[in-house]
Amino acid sequence: MRLTTITAALALTAGAAYADGHAKMVAPGDVAFSEYGEVDASLSGKPGDPEAGRAIMISRGKGNCIACHEVTALNDAPFHGEVGPMLDGIGSNRSAEELRGIVANAKMMFPETVMPAFYKTSGFIRPGNGYTGKAAKEEDLSPILTAQEIEDVVAYLMTLTDS
Amino acid sequence: MKFKALTAMAALLVAPAVMAGGPDDDSLVINEELEMVTETAAPDHLDALDTIYSGWRFRTDETQSLQMDDFDNPAMIFVDQAIDLFNTVDGSEGKSCSSCHENVEEFKGLTASMPKVIDGKLTTMEDLLNGHRAEAMGADPWKWSGPEMQAMIALIGVQSRGMPVNVAIDGEAAPFWEQGKEMYYTRFGQLELSCASCHEENWGNYIRADHLSQGQINGFPTYRLKQARLISKHNRFRGCIRDTRAETFAEGSDEFRALELYVASRGNGLTVETPAVRQ
Ligand code: HEC
Ligand code: HEC
Repeated sequence: MRLTTITAALALTAGAAYADGHAKMVAPGDVAFSEYGEVDASLSGKPGDPEAGRAIMISRGKGNCIACHEVTALNDAPFHGEVGPMLDGIGSNRSAEELRGIVANAKMMFPETVMPAFYKTSGFIRPGNGYTGKAAKEEDLSPILTAQEIEDVVAYLMTLTDS
Repeated sequence: MKFKALTAMAALLVAPAVMAGGPDDDSLVINEELEMVTETAAPDHLDALDTIYSGWRFRTDETQSLQMDDFDNPAMIFVDQAIDLFNTVDGSEGKSCSSCHENVEEFKGLTASMPKVIDGKLTTMEDLLNGHRAEAMGADPWKWSGPEMQAMIALIGVQSRGMPVNVAIDGEAAPFWEQGKEMYYTRFGQLELSCASCHEENWGNYIRADHLSQGQINGFPTYRLKQARLISKHNRFRGCIRDTRAETFAEGSDEFRALELYVASRGNGLTVETPAVRQ
């Protein structure tokens, strides 16, 4: 596990060419947000996979988006929260650039929001090692979702066109 | 939207009876005689809320009913055990609690005013008990969230049941209260959530399967059905901070003492419900 963090961190800090040799992955610290909090380019340099994104939305250990959001298309997964707005139709109401920015770091668009930043690794108060309650060193932190997972979630959100 | 959520969930689940947002309208009378204040005007220092509610108002009817009669309340087993403990000799001085305290009823009202500053130190009920154990009894300290400690705190709490919480926040308590308040609004961990994110901005809303209350502590220690034991306040704080992907604080730390004072003060005016029952 230690090893994967290190390799991940290396790959990230170097902003290195992604494994396939073409796509560029953007490190959490290097994400370029527009004035309104949008992010233009794919964070992984690759398109997202909506099916993978769907699984991330409902997984407690991953996005767990339905902890806070209701999504009719995800009704087969139990317990949708009410903390955030319902996301039906969000793919018609918002662009992929906006959605990428919101999922990566919603505070760039909604400054005081309770929605966590899913692609951020620094600037936290007493960051923990996952849900252990123990301390984590900032340099060891991984974003909650990887660049590709952010893209997958964005791709899934873009399929939510019926409200 | 609330309504939609309701129907969607009802369709999905073997639905527990209460599924609407906000507190329910039930009132809490224990043993058909002891009336509890589960809803009242927020204390003056608390601008963010108009009305404060006991956590009891956010639980399902099934869970609620367990707190309405002491015969049904599973925490009462521990209260009974604490009565035995009260009379049990422990430590080098050959004393029990009852060597110095004629009976436990003399502690009526104490829980409603705790924590408080004593000799310059912010003191919780756990501190009081371990202090007396050390000084008067020559006995080893009880573990903060251990069964003896929390059972005794429940027994002492029962003596104040139905009395309004009234912790002091001024004078010597002020700096501790300020520290606790600061913590309450600090967004901890990788999820960057404060106590207020959940219990002030979102009480009444569901977060996944949990119906968020205002995070009041007037019923502590609470009996949690899931864990089948008494849960201390600091244990609950620790769990909530851990869930923000943060490094939490230790039970019995000065930080949690201060947070306890501040959280208790947000419930000034609700009645002591110790020991409450939670899912
Ligand atoms: C702890 C609660 C929480 C979690 C978890 C959460 N969100 Fe949110 N989200 C919110 C809130 C609250 C808002 C409203 C923004 C504001 O504060 O004004 C929001 C807003 C949004 C919006 C914008 C909605 C609109 O109408 O513009 C999108 C899209 C979104 N969230 C997607 C997600 C996705 C995808 C995930 C998981 C990867 C997620 N959220 C996880 C609380 C949450
Ligand atoms: C991510 C959301 C979240 C955060 C942040 C959070 N809590 Fe909680 N808390 C919960 C949930 C969920 C419960 C269980 C349902 C309930 O009682 O509200 C709970 C329960 C409680 C309870 C028990 C209430 C009762 O009546 O049994 C207390 C006390 C409490 N929280 C205090 C705090 C304090 C103090 C903080 C900050 C240090 C905090 N919480 C932060 C989600 C949160």
